[in-house]
Amino acid sequence: MIRLLIPGAVLFLWAVLALIAPMVPLAPNKVDLMQILSVPGADGWFGFDALGRPVGDRLAVGARTSFLVAFGVVSVSMVVGVFIGTIAGWIGGVFDHLVVRIMDVFLAFPGILLAIALAGILGPGIDNVIIALVTVGWVGFARLSRAQVMTIRQREHVQAARALGSRVWVIVRRHLLPLIWAPIIVEATFAVAGVVIAEAGLSFLGLGVQPPVPSWGSMIRDGTRYMLVAPHLVLVPGTAILFVVLAVNLVGDSLRDRMDVRLRAGD
Amino acid sequence: MIRYLVGRLLSAGVVIAGVAVIVFLLIHLVPGDPVEVMLGESARPADREALRHALGLDQPILIQLGRYLEGIAQLDLGTSLHSKRPITDLLAERVPATFQLAVVALLVAITLGVPLGTLAATRRGTGWDFATMGVSMLGVSVPNFVMGPLLILIFSVWLGWFPVSGREGGAAIVLPALTLGTAMAAILARMVRSSLLEVIQEDFIRTARAKGLGERRVVLAHALPNAALPVITVIGLQLGTLLGGAVITEIVFSWPGIGQLTIEAIQRRDYPVLQACMLLICLAYVVVNTATDLIYAALDPRIRLEQAR
Repeated sequence: MIRLLIPGAVLFLWAVLALIAPMVPLAPNKVDLMQILSVPGADGWFGFDALGRPVGDRLAVGARTSFLVAFGVVSVSMVVGVFIGTIAGWIGGVFDHLVVRIMDVFLAFPGILLAIALAGILGPGIDNVIIALVTVGWVGFARLSRAQVMTIRQREHVQAARALGSRVWVIVRRHLLPLIWAPIIVEATFAVAGVVIAEAGLSFLGLGVQPPVPSWGSMIRDGTRYMLVAPHLVLVPGTAILFVVLAVNLVGDSLRDRMDVRLRAGD
Repeated sequence: MIRYLVGRLLSAGVVIAGVAVIVFLLIHLVPGDPVEVMLGESARPADREALRHALGLDQPILIQLGRYLEGIAQLDLGTSLHSKRPITDLLAERVPATFQLAVVALLVAITLGVPLGTLAATRRGTGWDFATMGVSMLGVSVPNFVMGPLLILIFSVWLGWFPVSGREGGAAIVLPALTLGTAMAAILARMVRSSLLEVIQEDFIRTARAKGLGERRVVLAHALPNAALPVITVIGLQLGTLLGGAVITEIVFSWPGIGQLTIEAIQRRDYPVLQACMLLICLAYVVVNTATDLIYAALDPRIRLEQAR
């Protein structure tokens, strides 16, 4: 439990910042010319950027950007991916073949390359970032749920339900999904880490949310120009990304350990 | 083996064809009129029609697709809208930089990742294990666009050891290769550790110990070679990603490779170049992965027998 305490606290802070950001009088775009590039101090805990905007306020609003994109992308990818993967694994045959081929093609784009190209072509903006990342993200869930369904489909309780004449929807909902949700939750946790990095990466490349809306990635990009005089412009958002991703990965690791144990005990 | 080989090559061909179709369709996702987006609103109507015709956008979509695939088959990727030069020339200029960075980064990853993973596995549960896995968890969690600027800050700005960016002189490759290599080393170390832990429980390891071999020899001569197979797959996947141009790292360090060309193409709305970069990157990725699978199958008969069924 101790192992989860610190990562849990980091993620809680992230979520709270993201959700209360609109209710707090933050001033992410307020320019204070006297404070340009000032280092962290009494006036601003995290210093000020090249336009004299408070880095702390921008960090908080950036947390909202990354949180919304992460949960938006992961939930849509999960629903779409599990839907396609479950159908393919259940029906099999030609449809399954086709789905596998399509997944193979999507997996042939390394890393976030396809998302970079899509975001570049669709133009910047938070909605296009989400579209680009879902296009890449559904495949992992589809592959995982397909593989799970294919093994569980053969089990006796599913055979029994079929023999009793249960409708497909009932079998999937009551006899398949409850057995495959554990690995899918683990996959979703790691996907959150991936999307946080990907969103920040797209914003770093100038393909993410539009300025002046703050994103941790674009804060880093703007900061790299002033590294000699104001390294905090890179260090502050960089540390934020590191903490969130590390926390998500640690939670994912311990979820995986825990759920694997339960699966083994149940077998 | 022949049957496995042919099957594997065929499916790689199908994947590449699928990639080509997706890349072709990208230009049709441009909001509005792609020609207007590429030339700007002030372009003369005659120029627009000329470009529309040159790109074949005035033809039915299936004919466009046919021509596009035909062009790829003949290694004719068209000309750049920005520099007016053949795209194959542009790619050829960028490939050496990306290739060089990929190879050096991979060497960094292997020299760091394999010993660290071995250390963690052979001292399981000790402080060594926790420290190594902690560091590698950190390495997995630091994105390239944070690691790169950090290295620049420490080694270029503060210490002045290496250049900030570019590809002039031998020292310039150190920081980009470290950025990519450390991230991969972190993944590799975790893989080596878990693979070794599995192998160490095998009977032949107990036999090796029982016949009185030293622990060093047991690990190096008996455990590591048998733990290598899954590790080879991970290395193959990573090499594929690297050959594709580590887009973000190339941008951080202004490294003149394929990844930088990709982003330049997006910024200049030079969509034919963007399409060509994506094709080349996917091709490299698929070729390396297929080669990894074949090596794997050659080394481990169980794989080819299982999948040939």
